[in-house]
Amino acid sequence: MTYMAMGTGFLLILIGFYGALTKRNLLRMIVAFTVADTGVNLVIVAVGYLPGRTAPILDAAVKASEAAARIIDPVPQALVLTAIVIGVGVTALMLAYAYKLYEKKQTLDIARFTELKW
Amino acid sequence: MIKRLVALLLLVAIGTIFTALLAGYEADALLNLTARYYADHAASDIGAANIVTAIIVTYRGLDTLGEVTVLFLAATVVGLVLALGQRHEKAPRSLVPAGELLTTGTRFLAPLIMLLGAYVFANGHLTPGGGFQGGAIIASGTLLLLLADPLKHFSHALIATIESFAGIFYVAIGLLGLVLAGGFLDNRILPTGELGALFSAGAIPLIYSLVGLKVGAELSSMLANLSATEEL
Repeated sequence: MTYMAMGTGFLLILIGFYGALTKRNLLRMIVAFTVADTGVNLVIVAVGYLPGRTAPILDAAVKASEAAARIIDPVPQALVLTAIVIGVGVTALMLAYAYKLYEKKQTLDIARFTELKW
Repeated sequence: MIKRLVALLLLVAIGTIFTALLAGYEADALLNLTARYYADHAASDIGAANIVTAIIVTYRGLDTLGEVTVLFLAATVVGLVLALGQRHEKAPRSLVPAGELLTTGTRFLAPLIMLLGAYVFANGHLTPGGGFQGGAIIASGTLLLLLADPLKHFSHALIATIESFAGIFYVAIGLLGLVLAGGFLDNRILPTGELGALFSAGAIPLIYSLVGLKVGAELSSMLANLSATEEL
């Protein structure tokens, strides 16, 4: 289970990197970045998973006294919650800049933006 | 061609590292020290049934305040970047009207989605969910409204008011914790109550509701700003 989630996460990161490195269209690159982002989140959550345990929420089934023996690691989940929110902000910023670039050059092809090229 | 080859070589290298990591990974049998502390103390100290919420809102509350600030900055910069050099003289482009299904569906679903968002952030200390998730759900309601009518104008003044007040009250509650309880953003300014009840975990439901409103307003303003580019 852990390996499946972690392997999927690593695979998503690689797919995202592949897209970001080979695609020329800015929008496709942004999509690729969000895919890689999802992969990273999946890997972090998978690291916090401990076999045979349950979600870190206390109720009738998981008493507070035995929580330490029953729940998975809550810290990676809190981290990923933060990472997802920041990811949304970064994606929105990338989209806004992509729009401004399109407005300027009427194209989304990264090869046409040559101002900083050596 | 050569670029693609270099990219593929790089990916193979990263993939090798990932494979090695995956092959050498072994899940822990026990919680580490930090997680154990949270698991043992979240119920007695904080009174929140959801330990992730206890960590985010109280133990690492300052980080969450920073996170909300980053999101606020991102929303502001999106608005700023898109507003720069905005051409106003052009008459709005007329778009193909949305279909009957989407319009009727939106009228029915948008209030329910907003209600679900409010439910999710008000119950953040009991069930999976919380301010950020609830805020995202509220923003998805906004997205549905924008899909039905891309030229719809949201009141930026209203959004800004909700956002500012949520932010101010969030910091005020944090400062109250400094005076009435153990420190900045301490949730025990209100009684922690009985574990699992709606009115429990001190100030957490209050803080998370404010975070939910703030995040919902910020994401909605981002969506509204991005959608306003449709007019050009």
